[in-house]
This record gives sequence, C-alpha cells and structure tokens, in this order.
Amino acid sequence: MSATAARPSDVLPGLGRKIGSLRRERRWALVTAYISLIIAAIFMLGPPLYMLLTSLKTSAEIADLSRSPWSISEITFSNYAQILGDPMFRGFFYNSIIVTVLVVAITMVISVLAAFALARMRFFGSQVLATGVFLTYLVPDTLLFIPLYQIVGGLGLLNSIWGLVLVYPTLTVPFCTWIMIGYFASIPKELDEAALIDGANWMQMLTKIFIPVALPGIIAATIFAFTVSWAAFVYPTAFITQPDSMPLTIGVVSQLIRGDTFAWGQLMAGALLAALPPVIVYAFLMDYYIAGLTAGATKG
Amino acid sequence: MPSDASAALAPGRAPASAARSSSLRRFARRRSTVAFLMTLPLIAVIGGLVAWPASYAIYLATLNRRMTAFIGLENFDILLENETFRGVIWQSCFFAITAVLLKALIGFWLAHMLHHIPSKGQRKWRGMLLVPWVIPPALSTLGWWWMFEPSYSSINWLLNAFGGPSIPWLGEPWWARISVIIVNVWYGAPFFMIMYLAALKSVPDQLYEAAAIDGATGWQGLVHVTLPMMRNIISITVLFSLIVTFANYDIVRVLTNGGPRDLTHVFASYAFQVGVLSGNIPRGAAVSLFMFPLLAVVAFFVLRGVNRRQKEMA
Repeated sequence: MSATAARPSDVLPGLGRKIGSLRRERRWALVTAYISLIIAAIFMLGPPLYMLLTSLKTSAEIADLSRSPWSISEITFSNYAQILGDPMFRGFFYNSIIVTVLVVAITMVISVLAAFALARMRFFGSQVLATGVFLTYLVPDTLLFIPLYQIVGGLGLLNSIWGLVLVYPTLTVPFCTWIMIGYFASIPKELDEAALIDGANWMQMLTKIFIPVALPGIIAATIFAFTVSWAAFVYPTAFITQPDSMPLTIGVVSQLIRGDTFAWGQLMAGALLAALPPVIVYAFLMDYYIAGLTAGATKG
Repeated sequence: MPSDASAALAPGRAPASAARSSSLRRFARRRSTVAFLMTLPLIAVIGGLVAWPASYAIYLATLNRRMTAFIGLENFDILLENETFRGVIWQSCFFAITAVLLKALIGFWLAHMLHHIPSKGQRKWRGMLLVPWVIPPALSTLGWWWMFEPSYSSINWLLNAFGGPSIPWLGEPWWARISVIIVNVWYGAPFFMIMYLAALKSVPDQLYEAAAIDGATGWQGLVHVTLPMMRNIISITVLFSLIVTFANYDIVRVLTNGGPRDLTHVFASYAFQVGVLSGNIPRGAAVSLFMFPLLAVVAFFVLRGVNRRQKEMA
C-alpha cells in the first residue's frame, strides 16, 4: 500500500491520499456491512431458534426460572413425540394438506389459462381485466371475511374444509395470474408464430410451448400459492370453529393453547412442525421462491 | 359480445394479411371465444369471491344487528362516536405507518449491506435473513408471544443479563403496541430487503463509475444515483406494504388479541371481534369498510407507479 501511495504522489500529490482513503473507506464499508448483517441475522433467526430450543426442553426445565432460558441441559424429543401422537394435531396436518393441494391445483389451472389468454390473445376488455386482476390482489382478506362469512354460511360450508377450498383462491389467483402474465408476455412472439404455422391449436401452443418455456414462472407461482394457502389465517379463523376441520395455523394457535398452564414445549414443537413444509420448500427452491417474490414488482 | 368486438378489430390490426382475411376473421372469432372461455374461471373468482362480497359488505353495513331492517349509515355513526373505535382508528394508523417506515428503512439498509459484500457470500446471508418471511406469521408470532411471556420472557432475561430492567411487553399498552410493531417489522423487513436488493442489482454499475469519476462520495452516489433509480420500486413496495400492514390480523390476534383494554386492536382484529365473536355482522362489516378509503387511495398510487414502471421497462 505504501508503494502505491508513494509513486503517484510524486506526480499528483492529492491522488495517493485519495487512493488510500478510498481503500480505507471500502474496508470500513465491508466491516460495517458484516456487523449489520450479523446483528440482523441474530434478530431474524433468534425467535425461530428460541422456539426450537424450547421445543427440545422438558417441561420441568422450561419452568425452571433459575436457569438461563437460552441454555439447554438435556435434549428431549418427547414434545415432538407427544404432538405427533396426538390424533387432533395429525388431523390439522391432514386438513392443511388437502386444502393446500386442492387450492394450488385450482389456482394454477385458473391462473395459467387466464394469463395465457391475457398475455397473448387481445380481446374485448382484456386490458381492463388485467388491471382488475392487479386491483383484486390489493384487496386484503380482512376486508372480505365478513361478507364471505355470510356467503360461506349461506352455502352451509362453515366448519368445513370445502369452504376454505372455495375462498382461498381469492388469496392466490390474482397474484399468480399477475406474475404468469409477466412470464408469458416475455416469451418471444416468433415461437407462437412458428407453432401456428405448424398447425398447432391454442391448447397445444399452451401445453407444448408456453408451459415448458415459462416453467420457472410456473414453479414460482406454485410456490407462492402453496405458501399462501398453507399460512392462511383469517379465513380459517373466521369459518372454522370445530377442531375436526381446522387446518394447522388456526389449529395450533387455538387448540394447543388451553387453560393457564401452557405446554410451551409442545406448543413450540407443534408450531415448528406446522411451519416446516414452507421452510423445506424454501430451502430447496430458494431461487424460485425469490423470483416469485420479486417478479410482481420488477416485471410489472 | 366480446367475440364480435375483436373480430371486427382483428383485420384492422393485421392489414398485411388482408388476402387471407376471411379465414383470419373466422380464426379471430374463434380466438376471442377461446380467450373468453379461458378467462372465465378467473372472472368467476374475481367477480364472485371479491367484487360481489365487497359490494355485499357495503349492503351488510347498512343493516341493523339482526339484519332485518335498513338503518342507513347508523352503524358508521355509532362506531365514530365510540371511544374504543376511535382508538382503533388511531392505533391502526400508528401501527401501519410506524411499521412500514421501519420495515422500509431496515430493508433498505440490509439490502445495501448485502449488495456490498462479495457476491459469493450474498446467497447465504440472503437465505438466512429471509427466514422470517417464510414461516407462517401466525406460527412465528406464537414464538414471539412465548418470548414476551411475563414470567418466562427470554428477552427480559437478556435485558437483565445486560443490566437492564424487565419490560412488561404485553401487559402495558404502549409496550404492547411496540411489541406488535416489533413482530411485524421482524416479519416484513426481509421482504423489503429482497425487493430492494433486486432493484439495487438492476442499477447499472456505469452510473456509479461515472459518479465516482465526477468525484461523488458514497453518500452522494446514494442520493443522486441509487435513490432516483429505485424511486419507483421503493414507492410500490411501501404502498403495497402499507395495505398489507394496515389490514394485518394474525399478529395482533396471536400476540395481544386486542388487549390490554382493547388498546392494540387494529381494524381487522376489531372487525373480527365485533362481527364474528360478538355476532354483530353488520357492524363488523362497517368496521372493515373503514379500511376501504385508504386502500382506494393507495391502490390508485400503486397502479400509477406500476404503469409508469411498465413504460420505463418497455
């Protein structure tokens, strides 16, 4: 560093100092960056780690106030064994899986078809509809749950997972359609022209060209639909009051908390198990997950 | 009707192929019919499950408690005269604005820090920092609730270990408000970080080089290059998050359930309490409709920002 500082300073006295200060500035910036990131990581990962810690402790150790809550003396899996042995909890899991699988399937069919039509076939009102999709995405579920409560009740679907399958698409369809429009619109027109010349019809064009080419987008949209239906909370809280039909989110929150003495270890074990599927999907498909998140803003 | 309209339009759109116009016209008619059928399920979802319930909410809000008589705007009148509800309005705005500002600032800061470290490590850090966004908020809030629990609070234990006092996180109104904001910021800041990081990556390096040659400091580069380039993304994410935060339900429901003394209720949780738990559906609908004006204003600006961005990208 001294060599680089010495040579140019003979010619231009100011420059050497400038390079030195730039380098110092860069190193200082790097140190700041790492310090900020470490603090952020502690803040972001602290709660889930503490949940994990609690779930691995015995009830006696959780209740022991003389020890640090952040330490653990012996690891036990009894909380997990107990919660997995609870038929009610397994029922929540089962309900969540059915509802999520159905909603993801319905969502993808609706939004891929609609996005294909909106991206490629201009027709009367298609522009208005595309804007409408975006506006619908901005309408929060908390604005709709009371009228939907009446409607679902009118259909006799309160306390049934079919009511959830009916209303969850309001959470997933608008955004999935929106990002699929973006992905489909980015496919070059030459591809569909070539397909048309070869005599393909619209359905073939969609299944043989658009879906394979836009596969990353479809994966991103599927992940989005999956995480949203898995995490949905407002609708099941409003529509489901019987434990038999509860999905995981409301099941864990309402049924595992009973009385004044909470089984904290079991509660945390249940919450972590319930959060596991989206976390696994995220761990393996992080790039698609992030593409789906950012697609809404960078593409549209 | 849709098929007629675009059939008439199609030849005008492709004048070069006028020779094949008769087959084209037939084709176009078929195409728009197909397109309409393809969008029909979407229209059903938007119309039947969003537009119809939204208008139904307005109708419901004008009924009396037993839903037998039309009472006009009386529900809104009663609510506005209610001390608790005025507190709800105040708390909703305070919660949403504070939380969104903090999320945006923390997200921007973290995105910047991530952008500055060598790209090899970025993936790992990004992966870790996004974890709060991935866990369903109702479940992660349970973890926070346990950490705030008065007698076993692990946060208070840490505070005590560093010589600080114990804090009544969920017991005292102001601390309860702050707790709700902390959890919301924890959950939402990673989203901002990811959005801003994507936006930062799309700013061409040449701009910074040019600014550096002109003698700009890091701060000037931020103010005169980064911020103008990201202005649109920043406004879209902030506005979007304002809607989501304003309409938040899970965190308040799990963490405080509106307490202490109904002082941490936001519109969504209060609407739930009044409409579903107390069984006054029309008044609950009226509460949730109070969210509508703000949503409309924000939606207008988001849409404008998105359109502008589309024009820039085109």
